[in-house]
Amino acid sequence: MKSADDDVDTGEAARLAARASYGRLVAYLARRWRDVAAAEDALSDAFVAALDTWPRVGVPEKPEAWLLTVARRRLIDAARHAKVEAGAAPDLDMGLGQAEQETATAAQFPDERLKLLFVCAHPAIDEAIRTPLMLQTVLGLDAATIASAFLVAPATMSQRLVRGKAKIRDARIRFEVPEAHELPVRLGAVLEAIYAAYGSGWETVAGADDRRDGLAEEAIWLGRLVTRLLPEEPEAHGLLALMLHCEARRTARRDARGGYVPLDRQDIALWSRPMIDEAERSLIMASRANNPGRFQLEAAIQSVHAHRAVTGRTDWDAIALLYAGLLRCAPTVGAHVAHAAALAEAKGVDAGLETLAAIARQAVATYQPYWALRAHLLKGLGRVEEANEAYARAIGLSENMAVRDFLVSQSQRACVSE
Amino acid sequence: MKYTILIYETAADFTARTDDHRKDAYWGAYRAYTKALTDAGVMAGGAGLQPPHLATTIRQHDGKQRVQDGPYAEAKEQLGGCYVIDVPDLDQALAWAARCPAASTGTVEVRPNLPT
Repeated sequence: MKSADDDVDTGEAARLAARASYGRLVAYLARRWRDVAAAEDALSDAFVAALDTWPRVGVPEKPEAWLLTVARRRLIDAARHAKVEAGAAPDLDMGLGQAEQETATAAQFPDERLKLLFVCAHPAIDEAIRTPLMLQTVLGLDAATIASAFLVAPATMSQRLVRGKAKIRDARIRFEVPEAHELPVRLGAVLEAIYAAYGSGWETVAGADDRRDGLAEEAIWLGRLVTRLLPEEPEAHGLLALMLHCEARRTARRDARGGYVPLDRQDIALWSRPMIDEAERSLIMASRANNPGRFQLEAAIQSVHAHRAVTGRTDWDAIALLYAGLLRCAPTVGAHVAHAAALAEAKGVDAGLETLAAIARQAVATYQPYWALRAHLLKGLGRVEEANEAYARAIGLSENMAVRDFLVSQSQRACVSE
Repeated sequence: MKYTILIYETAADFTARTDDHRKDAYWGAYRAYTKALTDAGVMAGGAGLQPPHLATTIRQHDGKQRVQDGPYAEAKEQLGGCYVIDVPDLDQALAWAARCPAASTGTVEVRPNLPT
């Protein structure tokens, strides 16, 4: 099998380089002008100018510096225009002369992406729009792509992004890395937003529907970026480890005909060894701080699952214990359901059902993994009718055909064993 | 707010309705989807339609009446039915539409209903 590295051809390399440049340029301009939308517009004008100019005169020696100069001129022109129109001085922190001077050293312009990430996940920004803002400003993803990943109408997503950027500008949210005492909470919001792009998978529950395909590659890219920019933060490494562990199993999650394969039946030979190794290194890095948090615990749970490749068995007691710890710091519905699944394996089906019964009905009315697990456990107890009721609910809530087919086959098997 | 989920199915979907090997999976999926909508309290109506070859179209333009066999337009995907759901906003309407079995095989269209 080819390793992931072999697949990175020159086109891919160019795409990654462009992505890295784009975010750095937007972050740098947005911080100077305190206006994300204006920075993006100016930069996109600069890219258009590059497409027009570079084929004729050749690619400049420092393409980023060239783009920065053009984008800056656009911003200054726009500001002058606004000044004339409004009759007031716009708040610019540099004049044209200074801009020209700075361009000379632009090859070494500072990386402000971390500040931009903190701005996007600022408490004043609506939680639902934090991830889309990051994907657009730092990675340059277009609104339509983001809308598809989040199952939102493209026009709605565009409006929300515009509103989010206006809020950043009008509320004058500061482009800065938070002070030490604020950092854990603020970083938590950044990491949550990155994880939301991954598309959380509660793979511990057989037949759980991944809420959406997610932007896994983009999320891992952002996760790596944060660990590079904040190498001392254990939760950043924890999040990266979590995403890599889940990603390592992507191929194993489907059989040759595209059918769904639950975690405990996955062929360990299909798990990506390099990704698991990197995940384990990240987790070790995180554990040095001796300060466990939500993402480290979730990564540790995935690490226990990955260990099946070595020992041939899954230590469900350890997983149940880790979920209990996770529930203390992040009591989400997903964690509750996954905890119940682990308890059912470790202590018996009754323990699992008891834990499920303790979850508020309201919270799980449309939560597919709950119904998939409930069906699975009831089937184990031979309560066929109730199991099929729950299977029907889980099937009806599934978005994915492979998951739907898997659940149908499970429920048919429940009938046969009656 | 009411939204209509219009279900456009492929020829294979229409065949699956009566195919001995596939009809259980087909109807099972729709029964489950309908149940999920009902149990969540968002179901507000709908109808399943017979296949497009049973359709008849009528046009009365410029005083001329034309009746034709077949659906409104010849297309790869044809209207197979619809659900009317009552949810607070478009985001939730899209979340339900994504769960519709036809979203994985054909196309599902979501439209806000006119106010009544």
